Amino acid sequence: MMTKDTQAAIQFSHVTFKSGEQEILHDITGWFPRNRITTLVGPSGAGKTTLFRLCNGLISPTSGDIYIDDRKIESYDPVQLRRKVGIALQSATMVSGTVRYNLALPMELQGKELSDERAKELITVVGLDESFLERKAKDLSGGQRQKLSIARTLVNQPEILLLDEITSSLDRVSQQEIEELIVRINEKYGTTIMWITHNLRQALSIGDYTWVMMDGELVETGESSLLKNPQNPRVQTFVKGETE
Amino acid sequence: MNFVLLALSLIFVIIPLVLSKTLNLGLEKDSVIATIRSIIQLLAVGYILQFVFDAENYFYIFLMIALMIGAAVQNARKKGVSIKGITWKLVVTFVFIEVLTQGILLGLNITPATAQYIIPISGMVIGNSMVLSILFLNRFTSELDSREDETELILSLGGTPKQAIHRPLIASIQASTIPTIESQKTIGLVQLPGMMSGQIIAGADPLQAVMFQLLIIFLLLTTAVVTSVILGFLSYPTLFNERMQLVLPGKK
Repeated sequence: MMTKDTQAAIQFSHVTFKSGEQEILHDITGWFPRNRITTLVGPSGAGKTTLFRLCNGLISPTSGDIYIDDRKIESYDPVQLRRKVGIALQSATMVSGTVRYNLALPMELQGKELSDERAKELITVVGLDESFLERKAKDLSGGQRQKLSIARTLVNQPEILLLDEITSSLDRVSQQEIEELIVRINEKYGTTIMWITHNLRQALSIGDYTWVMMDGELVETGESSLLKNPQNPRVQTFVKGETE
Repeated sequence: MNFVLLALSLIFVIIPLVLSKTLNLGLEKDSVIATIRSIIQLLAVGYILQFVFDAENYFYIFLMIALMIGAAVQNARKKGVSIKGITWKLVVTFVFIEVLTQGILLGLNITPATAQYIIPISGMVIGNSMVLSILFLNRFTSELDSREDETELILSLGGTPKQAIHRPLIASIQASTIPTIESQKTIGLVQLPGMMSGQIIAGADPLQAVMFQLLIIFLLLTTAVVTSVILGFLSYPTLFNERMQLVLPGKK
């Protein structure tokens, strides 16, 4: 059960976010358990990505409070917060240069170097060959970019990892490779993982817990098995639509 | 040159007017307005300069430079209205470049401290600084737009605003200064610079004219680079808030 015996990595208390006059998130109250994999599902425009951007400190809530490890998010230095809460976005943006350069970017931002050994370790962990390190990042396929994006986020050794629809544009084989990778990262490093996905099969098989979001609200939350038998009629309709 | 000869030179205005009328180019109205405006503006400047030169009073020189800076700010700020506090940032940039260039010229006795030298050179420096500012602001706002993902990526990985903005800033500085540097590479080969040509026509020794032109070229190189760098470093901090979040101009 998702009880308070499990510690919260991130907690939300009546969080609202507005962009201009438009309310993107409405009164979100809930939490993500530590060291587990939580999936976020829901239709497009539900506010899932906005929630992640709040957790990484790229934006701030209009009202309400967010706690990371029981500390208010505002009490963290933004740079330290973003190293603690890593984010890999669907776009998997790369800067021009080699795979090695992109991988070393988080270290370069700290004025440090990424050792060759560590670079090889990270690139292997995400399922890419060492020979990729000297390739141009722009020449990578969608799946390879996503893997590199995850590896790059791991350089900072984040305690919490936010993954935003990283498999949505990938073929079945690449999807499975990344699913295995997520489980491996969670097991190997004990990283708390939050994963936005449109794929309910993924949410059921990979996620320990699930958040269902709709129209900027948290509609239902609990163990992933809730997706098999949701209580909320809106979630029932959504699940039915996704699985048909 | 006298007013009769000047009137004869209007033939060069009539030629494009005739062509425009014959070929339906639709340039007649703008050509006439441009001609009338240039006559009025330049004659007015000519009389004002005559008065300032005769007065030999530093207050009038200061006033002329202040007017130039005011007009340059007014013109350039339109391209950067989305950047918070762009007006005072431009004022600081133009004042700095003016003080720097005149400080070196007058401090090292390269040019005499008279209105005849200070005002035209200031005009060239401030005018070029204004054009550079417009080029820089145009490029910077488009770079910010096209590299928004990259800028946020660096922030999300724990980079500082300065690190996040580094690439768009450097690209904008380079793009705005390249035309000045490139045009200086071919100067004298493709065309004779306006100031040098003017001096030669007015009867100056060509070598003297060349030396003055070189002085201006060096000045304009400094103007180009310093303008972009100052404006860039004054502008980028306003794109981020105290939580190191990107607050792009025009976006909520």
